[in-house]
Amino acid sequence: MSQIFSYEFDTPSFKGKTSFNTGLYIDGQFVEGAEKQTHDVINPTNGKVTTKICVGTGKDIDLAVKAAQKAFDTKWGLNTPGSVRGKLLNKLADLMERDAKELAAIESLDNGKTFSWSSSIDIPGAIATIRYYAGWADKNHGQTLETDENKLAYTRHEPIGVVGQIIPWNFPLLMMSWKIGPALATGNTIVLKPSEFTPLTALRMIPLISEAGFPPGVVNIVNGYGHIAGQAISEHMGIEKVAFTGSTVVGRKIMEAAAKSNLKKVTLELGGKSPNVIFDDADLEQAVNWSSHGIFWNHGQACCAGSRIFVQSKIYDQFLEKFTAKAKSLKVGDPFATDSYQGPQVSEIQFNRIMSYIDSGKKDGATVHLGGEQHGTEGYFIQPTIFTNVKPEMKIVKEEIFGPVGVVIKFEDEDDVVRQANDTTYGLAAAVFSQDINKALRVAHKLKAGTAWVNCANTLNPQVPFGGYKQSGIGRELGEYALANYTNVKAVHVNIGQKM
Amino acid sequence: MNDQMLLSKSRAFGSLSSSISTARRNTMAQAILSVPRSDRKIVVNTGLFINNEFVKSVDSQDLIQAINPATEDVLCSVSAASAKDIDVAVSAARKAFQTTWGKNVTGFERSKLINRLADLIERDQQELAELESLNNGKPVRIARDYDIGDTIQCLRYYAGWADKIVGQLIEVDNKTKVAFTRHDPIGVCGQIIPWNYPIGMWGWKVGPALATGCTIVMKPSEITPLTALKLSELVKEAGFPPGVVNTVPSLGHIGGAALAVHSDVDKVAFTGSTVTGRKIMESAAKSNLKKVSLELGGKSPHLIFESADLEQAANWAALGIFYNTGQDCTAGSRLYVQESIYDKFMTILMQKAKELVIADGFDENAAGGPVVSKTQFDRVWGYISSGISDGAKVVLGGEKRPAKGYWVDATIFTDIKPDMKIVREEIFGPVLAVGTFKTEQDAVNLANDTTYGLGAGLHSNDANQCMRVSSALEAGTVWINQYNLLNNNVPFGGKKQSGIGRELGSYALEEYTSVKAVHWNFGEKLDWPF
Repeated sequence: MSQIFSYEFDTPSFKGKTSFNTGLYIDGQFVEGAEKQTHDVINPTNGKVTTKICVGTGKDIDLAVKAAQKAFDTKWGLNTPGSVRGKLLNKLADLMERDAKELAAIESLDNGKTFSWSSSIDIPGAIATIRYYAGWADKNHGQTLETDENKLAYTRHEPIGVVGQIIPWNFPLLMMSWKIGPALATGNTIVLKPSEFTPLTALRMIPLISEAGFPPGVVNIVNGYGHIAGQAISEHMGIEKVAFTGSTVVGRKIMEAAAKSNLKKVTLELGGKSPNVIFDDADLEQAVNWSSHGIFWNHGQACCAGSRIFVQSKIYDQFLEKFTAKAKSLKVGDPFATDSYQGPQVSEIQFNRIMSYIDSGKKDGATVHLGGEQHGTEGYFIQPTIFTNVKPEMKIVKEEIFGPVGVVIKFEDEDDVVRQANDTTYGLAAAVFSQDINKALRVAHKLKAGTAWVNCANTLNPQVPFGGYKQSGIGRELGEYALANYTNVKAVHVNIGQKM
Repeated sequence: MNDQMLLSKSRAFGSLSSSISTARRNTMAQAILSVPRSDRKIVVNTGLFINNEFVKSVDSQDLIQAINPATEDVLCSVSAASAKDIDVAVSAARKAFQTTWGKNVTGFERSKLINRLADLIERDQQELAELESLNNGKPVRIARDYDIGDTIQCLRYYAGWADKIVGQLIEVDNKTKVAFTRHDPIGVCGQIIPWNYPIGMWGWKVGPALATGCTIVMKPSEITPLTALKLSELVKEAGFPPGVVNTVPSLGHIGGAALAVHSDVDKVAFTGSTVTGRKIMESAAKSNLKKVSLELGGKSPHLIFESADLEQAANWAALGIFYNTGQDCTAGSRLYVQESIYDKFMTILMQKAKELVIADGFDENAAGGPVVSKTQFDRVWGYISSGISDGAKVVLGGEKRPAKGYWVDATIFTDIKPDMKIVREEIFGPVLAVGTFKTEQDAVNLANDTTYGLGAGLHSNDANQCMRVSSALEAGTVWINQYNLLNNNVPFGGKKQSGIGRELGSYALEEYTSVKAVHWNFGEKLDWPF
């Protein structure tokens, strides 16, 4: 039998209990997994074990795929009208709303992000996403195409079938909603693998999915490791689509596995090294606030983090002074303290990775303008860090750090900054700050990125598409665009009079 | 008057001699092909087409022989691009994208040029058809009226889209924020096209790529490179800037592989075999994660229900498998007939199949030509042998012609079993496997028992059955009471292992655009930290 995890929160920002099963969820049942393996979930605040959870292997993925295929063939897919799928999704959103504070507390416990953020952004964002896609469920239209009067041609946008979804640890529940929202709205069934670092909110969602009335097998959740369960999903012959959010390295492997197996359709949301461009005519206070939000929000663990901050020479000193003051004012501490802005990084691996980037920046000769050290002595806390005097070839300028580490770079003019901003293999996001509408638009259009912010940063909406140019990914999530990732277009040609 | 004439003559000579010297300098040989049964000649530039010029390979002397499959004669040889030539072509395409094409030119202008290209192809329709027939083997009439006729329409269809590439304006917060999307051209696209419809597939690829503002490095099949080179002349004549369309005939494992792995190619589109499709996707994954669209193989089922108009169903079934000598990724190669009408239907089908004339493409009676190459000839005959040795019954064809040329006559197998190679694998020749079914559910099960999902057809006079079965068939294209006819405005592509993405229709535009979401804050103030 899989274990029940019970926990009592007694914190300044949240008091309450939670209790949920830690097994693999396959065909509507909790199971231990074929190999009965477990994984320790670590609290990033202190490095201690929060709980054990079951983790699955290829055999469990097989069972989950079978369950998902059966559900697709009998109770979901084209067997359930869009209006019913929409109703269930809305019901799920209602239940998430009912338990929102508890979900937020679990997220903070597991990921280390502050309760104020998880309760104001992650969970409400996830709920909004589910409601948004609930509305699409009965609006999945094809086209009717004029050919001639002897022929009728139309397209059906059919659900793909069993889809594999592999989600990251930085926004666990939010990324789950981005994935399951469009997949369920279009009638697919799901084998979802949460990150082994943050499996808890997905587990807490299971009773809500069940209570909402989704038939068994429609959503299967198999916790596990990337190289085992994730790999099994990517190469599975019974999975017709895989959606992944995570690193570019792993994204490549998934696409390769798809190519070598059954040519499953692939969408990838990968890394970034997003430029944040501040022109000298920007509203400086606001540019400072948004830039801080751009790099320090979620402890820098955002794929669209504005980690390269380009400032026009005339305002460089002034900006740097204000930006530094803002960064200094950040309270790093316990995620459940009411005044914390920044909690710990998610894991020891990430902590070490970020610290090694900071070291490489120091070694390469960049100036540590602020921070650059661990915060405190326990857990995975890192000081908000600003580097100046960087060079384009430095690792801290080229590679994704995924931590609260920004580089500030001076630029002279528009052409100069566009060239520098686009000098990256990534293309996820970019931000521009200027009061000149012509310049702001010009630059936003020239930046090679799937998301461009004008006079804001790191803000997304469920109805606006999100995804990468270049090596930041393939496909678009959110918005109407995401529906295409979960549908197969069938063109039906009907002869109504042509004789051969 | 005389002076005028002299002047114009000397000008003509002047330009001629300069073009000859340019040609000598850059290589560049031209081949002169005789059009059979006429006294006309077709001149083909045999170099690589890069930056609107025909040039030599930068580092290779390799040539590709173009062969007439009806006679096995060598038509001419063309330069084979090396990996370095691919680099040169990609640089040309990148430069054009950044300076004269892409976002530097309006949709209106792109539309005009694409329409002009269609006009030029229409002007040269007969000559292009003859060249296509010489190299591919298909009848001139069919190449002219269908392959090229459809290509002209395809280009005009996408010309119409060029100034209608629209994003969305998305309501976010009416007081402080708005978001909009731009559908930007992806950039430099590698396009690798097959030999079964050399001009047709060229049109499907360049139409949406040019309409959306992408630039192209096109690799035609090494078996049929000639018409892509001829079309390149028309690209220049139409007025496309240098570098917008580059044509690099090459072997798949050299030029195709170089495109798939190239770090400065933003997207690769491929039509061909599933085996090669996998390699291309793997190369994309290992290099720069370029976007990939694949149109791959098929083993498409064709179902004849008892209520069908049998005469018509037999015509469509014959067209389904024998059109283009079966060299069609949607070929209806698995025909399943309801038991109650099997004998009657087969009598009609056999009679129709026997009427098919497979002959030299310049023979006016030809409805089909030879298969395209020796490799394909051996492959198709290998499948026929395997069908015989596996115990299927040959009821038509199955005998080689004692003549030169890659001839395969219409061949029909019955008494098939689901595990036979001729039932499971794509043959890509005029070879039909016929089976039977009892019930609608049987038919659907048989039809879907394949790793492919490109095309499917059904014939029935029961409207409810047509809807039920067309919904249940796992394929990107389903034909009801017809087969193999496509329209440029109707999307085409595969489910399962038949491919990724859709060509044709408005859907194809998505394959050549990157969506950029622009979030515009015009009033939200951020307090920070909060």
